[in-house]
Amino acid sequence: MKAHLTRRYRFSASHRLHNPAMSDAENRSTYGKCNNPHGHGHNYALEVTVSGPVDEGTGMVCNLVDLDGFVQQEILQRFDLQNLNMLEEFQKSVPTTEHLGQTIYEILQRGFRRAHLERVRIEETMMNSFEFAEAREGNW
Amino acid sequence: MVYLTRKAEFAASHYYHNPAFTPEENQRVFGKCNNPNGHGHNYTLEVTVKGEVDPRSGFVVDLKQLKETMNREVLEAMDHRFLNKEVPEFSTRIPTTENLAIAIWQRLEPKLNAARLHRVRVYETPDLFVDFYGEA
Repeated sequence: MKAHLTRRYRFSASHRLHNPAMSDAENRSTYGKCNNPHGHGHNYALEVTVSGPVDEGTGMVCNLVDLDGFVQQEILQRFDLQNLNMLEEFQKSVPTTEHLGQTIYEILQRGFRRAHLERVRIEETMMNSFEFAEAREGNW
Repeated sequence: MVYLTRKAEFAASHYYHNPAFTPEENQRVFGKCNNPNGHGHNYTLEVTVKGEVDPRSGFVVDLKQLKETMNREVLEAMDHRFLNKEVPEFSTRIPTTENLAIAIWQRLEPKLNAARLHRVRVYETPDLFVDFYGEA
Protein backbone atom coordinates (compact mmCIF):
# COMPACT_ATOMS: atom_id res chain seq x y z
CA MET A 1 0.00 0.00 0.00
CA LYS A 2 1.19 3.42 -0.91
CA ALA A 3 1.84 6.04 1.77
CA HIS A 4 3.29 9.55 1.84
CA LEU A 5 5.95 10.39 4.40
CA THR A 6 6.82 13.97 5.30
CA ARG A 7 9.84 15.07 7.24
CA ARG A 8 10.43 18.60 8.48
CA TYR A 9 13.87 20.22 8.72
CA ARG A 10 15.11 23.68 9.67
CA PHE A 11 17.91 25.88 8.43
CA SER A 12 18.87 29.53 8.64
CA ALA A 13 20.36 31.65 5.89
CA SER A 14 20.69 35.22 4.76
CA HIS A 15 19.95 36.75 1.38
CA ARG A 16 19.37 39.97 -0.49
CA LEU A 17 16.84 40.22 -3.28
CA HIS A 18 18.46 42.21 -6.04
CA ASN A 19 18.50 41.80 -9.81
CA PRO A 20 21.47 43.51 -11.49
CA ALA A 21 19.44 43.75 -14.72
CA MET A 22 17.09 46.19 -12.99
CA SER A 23 17.81 49.81 -12.08
CA ASP A 24 18.32 50.64 -8.41
CA ALA A 25 14.92 52.30 -8.37
CA GLU A 26 13.25 49.24 -9.91
CA ASN A 27 15.03 46.91 -7.47
CA ARG A 28 13.79 49.02 -4.59
CA SER A 29 10.24 49.13 -5.86
CA THR A 30 10.20 45.38 -6.66
CA TYR A 31 11.91 44.02 -3.56
CA GLY A 32 11.30 46.75 -0.96
CA LYS A 33 13.06 46.06 2.33
CA CYS A 34 14.44 42.80 0.92
CA ASN A 35 16.69 44.91 -1.35
CA ASN A 36 18.74 46.22 1.61
CA PRO A 37 22.35 45.89 0.35
CA HIS A 38 23.49 44.36 3.65
CA GLY A 39 21.04 41.48 3.39
CA HIS A 40 18.85 39.91 6.06
CA GLY A 41 18.11 36.38 7.25
CA HIS A 42 15.37 33.85 7.85
CA ASN A 43 14.79 30.67 9.80
CA TYR A 44 13.51 28.46 7.02
CA ALA A 45 11.49 25.30 7.60
CA LEU A 46 11.74 22.68 4.89
CA GLU A 47 9.22 19.85 4.43
CA VAL A 48 10.13 16.97 2.16
CA THR A 49 7.37 14.53 1.18
CA VAL A 50 8.24 11.20 -0.39
CA SER A 51 5.90 8.40 -1.37
CA GLY A 52 5.99 4.74 -2.26
CA PRO A 53 4.74 1.32 -1.27
CA VAL A 54 5.17 0.47 2.40
CA ASP A 55 7.82 -2.25 2.50
CA GLU A 56 6.44 -5.37 4.19
CA GLY A 57 9.72 -6.23 5.88
CA THR A 58 10.40 -2.82 7.39
CA GLY A 59 6.96 -1.19 7.47
CA MET A 60 8.52 1.87 5.86
CA VAL A 61 8.25 3.95 2.69
CA CYS A 62 11.95 4.59 3.07
CA ASN A 63 14.34 4.49 5.98
CA LEU A 64 14.41 7.88 7.69
CA VAL A 65 18.13 7.48 8.24
CA ASP A 66 18.60 7.57 4.44
CA LEU A 67 16.34 10.59 3.92
CA ASP A 68 17.83 12.50 6.86
CA GLY A 69 21.35 11.65 5.71
CA PHE A 70 20.69 12.84 2.17
CA VAL A 71 19.02 16.09 3.26
CA GLN A 72 21.76 16.75 5.81
CA GLN A 73 24.56 16.18 3.35
CA GLU A 74 23.13 17.65 0.16
CA ILE A 75 20.86 20.42 1.42
CA LEU A 76 21.41 21.50 5.03
CA GLN A 77 25.19 21.46 4.80
CA ARG A 78 24.96 23.51 1.62
CA PHE A 79 22.48 26.17 2.77
CA ASP A 80 22.42 26.29 6.59
CA LEU A 81 24.10 29.39 8.04
CA GLN A 82 25.12 30.65 4.60
CA ASN A 83 24.63 33.85 2.68
CA LEU A 84 22.62 32.52 -0.27
CA ASN A 85 23.81 35.29 -2.60
CA MET A 86 27.37 33.98 -2.29
CA LEU A 87 26.48 30.45 -3.48
CA GLU A 88 27.04 29.27 -7.02
CA GLU A 89 23.31 28.50 -7.48
CA PHE A 90 22.38 32.14 -7.03
CA GLN A 91 25.00 33.85 -9.17
CA LYS A 92 22.51 34.08 -12.04
CA SER A 93 19.20 34.04 -10.20
CA VAL A 94 17.76 36.01 -7.30
CA PRO A 95 17.64 33.90 -4.09
CA THR A 96 13.92 34.24 -3.53
CA THR A 97 12.28 31.36 -1.70
CA GLU A 98 10.75 30.36 -5.06
CA HIS A 99 14.24 29.86 -6.52
CA LEU A 100 15.57 28.29 -3.33
CA GLY A 101 12.70 25.79 -3.27
CA GLN A 102 13.19 24.94 -6.95
CA THR A 103 16.88 24.34 -6.31
CA ILE A 104 16.14 22.07 -3.35
CA TYR A 105 13.44 20.20 -5.31
CA GLU A 106 15.93 19.57 -8.13
CA ILE A 107 18.65 18.35 -5.73
CA LEU A 108 16.21 15.83 -4.25
CA GLN A 109 14.77 14.79 -7.59
CA ARG A 110 18.22 14.23 -9.07
CA GLY A 111 19.87 12.53 -6.13
CA PHE A 112 17.39 10.82 -3.79
CA ARG A 113 16.56 7.38 -5.10
CA ARG A 114 15.05 5.59 -2.10
CA ALA A 115 11.47 6.81 -2.67
CA HIS A 116 9.48 8.97 -5.07
CA LEU A 117 9.74 12.71 -4.42
CA GLU A 118 6.19 14.01 -4.04
CA ARG A 119 6.58 17.54 -2.79
CA VAL A 120 8.91 20.11 -1.28
CA ARG A 121 7.49 22.86 0.90
CA ILE A 122 9.45 25.75 2.36
CA GLU A 123 8.34 28.22 4.98
CA GLU A 124 10.35 31.42 4.78
CA THR A 125 8.54 32.77 7.83
CA MET A 126 5.49 31.51 9.69
CA MET A 127 3.43 33.73 7.40
CA ASN A 128 4.53 32.53 3.97
CA SER A 129 5.31 29.19 2.42
CA PHE A 130 6.05 27.81 -1.04
CA GLU A 131 5.32 24.38 -2.48
CA PHE A 132 6.94 22.50 -5.32
CA ALA A 133 5.59 19.36 -6.93
CA GLU A 134 5.28 17.68 -10.28
CA ALA A 135 2.32 19.08 -12.16
CA ARG A 136 -0.21 16.26 -12.16
CA GLU A 137 -3.69 15.29 -11.10
CA GLY A 138 -4.37 13.65 -7.77
CA ASN A 139 -3.54 13.94 -4.12
CA TRP A 140 -0.70 15.93 -2.70
CA MET B 1 -17.07 18.63 -2.54
CA VAL B 2 -16.07 19.78 0.93
CA TYR B 3 -13.20 18.33 2.95
CA LEU B 4 -13.43 18.32 6.72
CA THR B 5 -10.62 17.45 9.12
CA ARG B 6 -10.92 16.35 12.73
CA LYS B 7 -7.88 16.14 14.98
CA ALA B 8 -7.16 13.88 17.97
CA GLU B 9 -4.18 13.09 20.11
CA PHE B 10 -3.02 9.87 21.65
CA ALA B 11 0.08 8.62 23.39
CA ALA B 12 1.48 5.15 22.82
CA SER B 13 4.67 3.15 22.89
CA HIS B 14 6.16 0.86 20.29
CA TYR B 15 9.35 -0.70 18.99
CA TYR B 16 10.44 -1.89 15.57
CA HIS B 17 11.40 -5.51 15.16
CA ASN B 18 10.98 -7.98 12.32
CA PRO B 19 11.25 -11.60 13.57
CA ALA B 20 12.31 -12.65 10.05
CA PHE B 21 15.48 -10.53 10.37
CA THR B 22 18.60 -11.53 12.29
CA PRO B 23 19.33 -9.50 15.47
CA GLU B 24 22.11 -7.69 13.57
CA GLU B 25 19.78 -6.88 10.68
CA ASN B 26 17.09 -5.60 13.07
CA GLN B 27 19.68 -3.39 14.72
CA ARG B 28 21.02 -2.11 11.41
CA VAL B 29 17.60 -1.35 9.89
CA PHE B 30 15.78 -0.04 12.95
CA GLY B 31 18.61 1.36 15.11
CA LYS B 32 17.46 2.73 18.46
CA CYS B 33 13.83 1.95 17.56
CA ASN B 34 14.70 -1.76 17.93
CA ASN B 35 14.95 -1.57 21.75
CA PRO B 36 12.49 -4.32 22.84
CA ASN B 37 11.39 -2.37 25.91
CA GLY B 38 9.79 0.16 23.59
CA HIS B 39 9.67 3.93 23.57
CA GLY B 40 6.77 6.34 23.22
CA HIS B 41 5.35 9.24 21.26
CA ASN B 42 2.58 11.76 21.51
CA TYR B 43 0.81 11.11 18.25
CA THR B 44 -1.50 13.57 16.54
CA LEU B 45 -4.12 12.10 14.27
CA GLU B 46 -5.89 14.08 11.55
CA VAL B 47 -8.83 12.42 9.85
CA THR B 48 -10.12 14.13 6.69
CA VAL B 49 -13.48 13.17 5.25
CA LYS B 50 -15.09 14.44 2.08
CA GLY B 51 -18.63 14.80 0.85
CA GLU B 52 -21.33 17.16 -0.27
CA VAL B 53 -22.90 19.53 2.22
CA ASP B 54 -26.30 18.25 3.32
CA PRO B 55 -28.73 21.08 2.53
CA ARG B 56 -30.82 20.50 5.67
CA SER B 57 -28.09 20.23 8.31
CA GLY B 58 -25.41 22.26 6.53
CA PHE B 59 -22.96 19.49 7.49
CA VAL B 60 -20.64 17.28 5.47
CA VAL B 61 -20.67 14.97 8.45
CA ASP B 62 -21.95 15.18 12.01
CA LEU B 63 -18.72 16.06 13.85
CA LYS B 64 -20.00 14.48 17.04
CA GLN B 65 -20.44 11.16 15.25
CA LEU B 66 -17.02 11.44 13.62
CA LYS B 67 -15.44 12.18 16.99
CA GLU B 68 -17.23 9.23 18.59
CA THR B 69 -16.16 6.91 15.78
CA MET B 70 -12.54 8.06 16.12
CA ASN B 71 -12.70 7.60 19.89
CA ARG B 72 -14.26 4.15 19.69
CA GLU B 73 -12.27 2.71 16.79
CA VAL B 74 -8.88 4.32 17.33
CA LEU B 75 -8.29 6.07 20.64
CA GLU B 76 -9.82 3.42 22.89
CA ALA B 77 -7.64 0.82 21.21
CA MET B 78 -4.41 2.79 20.96
CA ASP B 79 -4.24 5.57 23.55
CA HIS B 80 -1.85 4.71 26.39
CA ARG B 81 -1.10 1.31 24.88
CA PHE B 82 1.99 -0.60 23.85
CA LEU B 83 1.14 -0.93 20.16
CA ASN B 84 3.18 -4.09 19.52
CA LYS B 85 1.53 -6.00 22.35
CA GLU B 86 -1.96 -4.57 22.66
CA VAL B 87 -3.19 -3.68 19.17
CA PRO B 88 -3.88 -6.83 17.10
CA GLU B 89 -2.75 -5.36 13.74
CA PHE B 90 0.76 -5.02 15.08
CA SER B 91 1.21 -8.65 16.03
CA THR B 92 1.99 -9.22 12.35
CA ARG B 93 2.96 -5.71 11.13
CA ILE B 94 5.63 -3.37 12.43
CA PRO B 95 4.00 -0.35 14.12
CA THR B 96 5.76 2.26 11.99
CA THR B 97 3.94 5.53 11.36
CA GLU B 98 3.17 4.24 7.85
CA ASN B 99 1.49 1.09 9.18
CA LEU B 100 -0.26 3.08 11.90
CA ALA B 101 -1.85 5.36 9.29
CA ILE B 102 -2.92 2.31 7.25
CA ALA B 103 -4.35 0.52 10.32
CA ILE B 104 -6.30 3.62 11.35
CA TRP B 105 -7.70 3.96 7.81
CA GLN B 106 -8.76 0.29 7.87
CA ARG B 107 -10.47 0.75 11.24
CA LEU B 108 -12.33 3.92 10.26
CA GLU B 109 -13.20 3.39 6.61
CA PRO B 110 -15.94 0.75 7.12
CA LYS B 111 -17.47 2.68 10.03
CA LEU B 112 -18.10 5.97 8.26
CA ASN B 113 -21.43 6.20 6.53
CA ALA B 114 -22.34 9.83 5.85
CA ALA B 115 -19.01 10.96 4.41
CA ARG B 116 -16.15 9.22 2.65
CA LEU B 117 -12.72 8.97 4.17
CA HIS B 118 -10.21 11.06 2.22
CA ARG B 119 -6.98 11.05 4.20
CA VAL B 120 -5.52 9.77 7.45
CA ARG B 121 -2.53 11.79 8.64
CA VAL B 122 -0.51 10.62 11.63
CA TYR B 123 2.14 12.82 13.22
CA GLU B 124 4.68 10.81 15.19
CA THR B 125 6.43 14.05 16.14
CA PRO B 126 5.87 17.60 14.87
CA ASP B 127 8.70 16.90 12.37
CA LEU B 128 7.48 13.58 10.98
CA PHE B 129 4.11 12.60 9.59
CA VAL B 130 2.56 10.09 7.21
CA ASP B 131 -0.45 10.53 4.93
CA PHE B 132 -2.49 7.58 3.72
CA TYR B 133 -5.19 8.05 1.06
CA GLY B 134 -6.33 4.43 0.87
CA GLU B 135 -4.17 3.78 -2.19
CA ALA B 136 -3.37 0.17 -2.99
